[in-house]
Amino acid sequence: MRRTFSRADVPLAATALVCAAMYLACGLRYPHFFSFTVIINLLSDNAFLGLAAVGLTFVIVSGGIDLAVGAMIGFSSILLATLITQAGWPAVPAMLAVAGLGTAYGAAAGSLIHLFAMPPFLVTLAGMFLLRGAGFVINLQSMSIDHPLYYRLGAMAPAGLPIHAVVFLAAVIASAYVLRFTPFGRMVYAVGGSASAALLMGLPVGRVRIAVYAISGACSAAAGIVYTLYTFSGNANAAMGLELDAIATVVIGGTLLSGGVGSVLGTLIGVLIYGMIQTAIAFEGTLSSWWTKIAVGGLLLVFVLLQKIVQRGAGGAVPRR
Amino acid sequence: MISASCAAPALRRLFWPALALVCVLLSNLLFAPGFFRIEIRDGHLYGSLIDVLNRGTPVLLAGLGMTLVIATAGVDLSVGAVAAIAGTVAALLITRTEAGLLTIVTVPLCVALLAGLCNGLLVVGAGLQPIVATLVLMVAGRGVAQLLGRGQIITFEHAGFETIGGGYLAGLPCTVSIVAAAYVLAGLLTRRTALGLFIESARDSPTASYYAGVPVGAVKLFAYAFSGFCAGLAGLIVASDIKAADANNAGLYLELDAILAVVIGGTALTGGRFSLSGTVLGALIIQTVTTTILTRGVPVEYTLVVKALAVLGVCLLQSAGLRRRLRGSAVPQ
Repeated sequence: MRRTFSRADVPLAATALVCAAMYLACGLRYPHFFSFTVIINLLSDNAFLGLAAVGLTFVIVSGGIDLAVGAMIGFSSILLATLITQAGWPAVPAMLAVAGLGTAYGAAAGSLIHLFAMPPFLVTLAGMFLLRGAGFVINLQSMSIDHPLYYRLGAMAPAGLPIHAVVFLAAVIASAYVLRFTPFGRMVYAVGGSASAALLMGLPVGRVRIAVYAISGACSAAAGIVYTLYTFSGNANAAMGLELDAIATVVIGGTLLSGGVGSVLGTLIGVLIYGMIQTAIAFEGTLSSWWTKIAVGGLLLVFVLLQKIVQRGAGGAVPRR
Repeated sequence: MISASCAAPALRRLFWPALALVCVLLSNLLFAPGFFRIEIRDGHLYGSLIDVLNRGTPVLLAGLGMTLVIATAGVDLSVGAVAAIAGTVAALLITRTEAGLLTIVTVPLCVALLAGLCNGLLVVGAGLQPIVATLVLMVAGRGVAQLLGRGQIITFEHAGFETIGGGYLAGLPCTVSIVAAAYVLAGLLTRRTALGLFIESARDSPTASYYAGVPVGAVKLFAYAFSGFCAGLAGLIVASDIKAADANNAGLYLELDAILAVVIGGTALTGGRFSLSGTVLGALIIQTVTTTILTRGVPVEYTLVVKALAVLGVCLLQSAGLRRRLRGSAVPQ
């Protein structure tokens, strides 16, 4: 890849800069913020949000949206807990089945969107209702998982990282590679940039559309599995409203909601910024949790305005409406 | 003459949502015979149909505002958060001050209007995508509402204010008259003045509209401000109904239901031609489905599944028609 720094990289660079500045500021203000534990917690506490956001990045770069990621976490976590605890499935096949179901759901949603030209917003909204409802049908209550594999995985910590953080980082690396360096990744950008141009160039627009929703479904199902690893339980109510936080982190990471521009690396930084806001508020002690929402909203505003300014400077590389 | 020639296609567009509503109602005729019974108790009308009208008002109101925003090819995700803010402000005015009913109602509505104007300014002034511009307030707005209420659910007692959500006017719940007034106001503004035409033209070709002298920016600004106002009204009704302001849960998913009502009502998410009556039908369909599920004694955990399937069915029905119309075009969008 022969690439020099271009204007399109400015949002990502700005995001990285803000992330670094926030880290420094927090470190100077709060003692112990620079410690290794804080970084590990940053990764592991936000692992399931991050996984969902990584899958969502594919969808948003392709010009779509997926509102069902939060509901999928609730659904897959309670399904997994039920399969292991009540149905007596071995843990690994149960996890694979849940991940497969998530992928199949995503592919089905993508097919509806492509074949019937239905707005992604509505299809995934219905998907959100469906998955939340299906989770409630399985079990209204939270269900704890008591399984030897969970204790073994919970005790594992390669390089000091808990297993959910490892899964998250692995997903980030794999997705970043796929989106940036493979023909499929290029096609996702092409479809997001202009679906009709991509179609005229002979790209399989339909297959790409279905694939990105399948990836998002798989990632959010994986996020549900990670949720069970993190809490040792499944809960149909889990990750209520997480779809908004995931969209916010993706946008803060420099991905345009209009499609065609964005990166998984940006999403990782967006998740880190989100986590740092929460950590800082916890460190401050006197601030209440609602400041997180206000801070995330404010940051979102700053970043989209910045993106707008950069685009205008670039001479309309991204069409204005 | 003009209105007569316009009425026919307008009515035809209402056909599908009306048919869907009739189907949902008819299914009640078969399964829940008591659904259509309306009783008069203490001079008020009672019954499932009245309940549909009453419970559907927040979505109906938010949907009316949303219709105009979507007609400009925008979307307002912040209505739920704005409703929560309006409810909290009203509750604070009741519990912390000695303000009269007029102040308690107007101040939250002004705040909501201001929130809508902020959305509009971000879209028109800063040129942000509507979905992003309103996402900001959707995320931050609920935080602001919690900040105002210090994270507590504020309960209150105020006879006058409670009439809004729980009182009766001419035998019908007050909420019905509020919605009717909002519907007539929006209808008069958009169909008896040029505003409706401006909204549709501003979406179809902003450039051509601009050169034709249509104040494109002002038209969009109005749509977002109106949506904020309607959301505020919905928030007041919710707060008055439960006699409390719950910043966390008031108006939760209101935006999604409102968008759904608009789309079921036949206004495309891409904007352009819009139908306020369609939105009313759409909101009634959603509420009838919900009420049906509840009165039929369906376990609560199945409510969302049934709703999801109903939504998918209605959207699929409409998209198939869309495809038939677009079959001639070479490049699908």
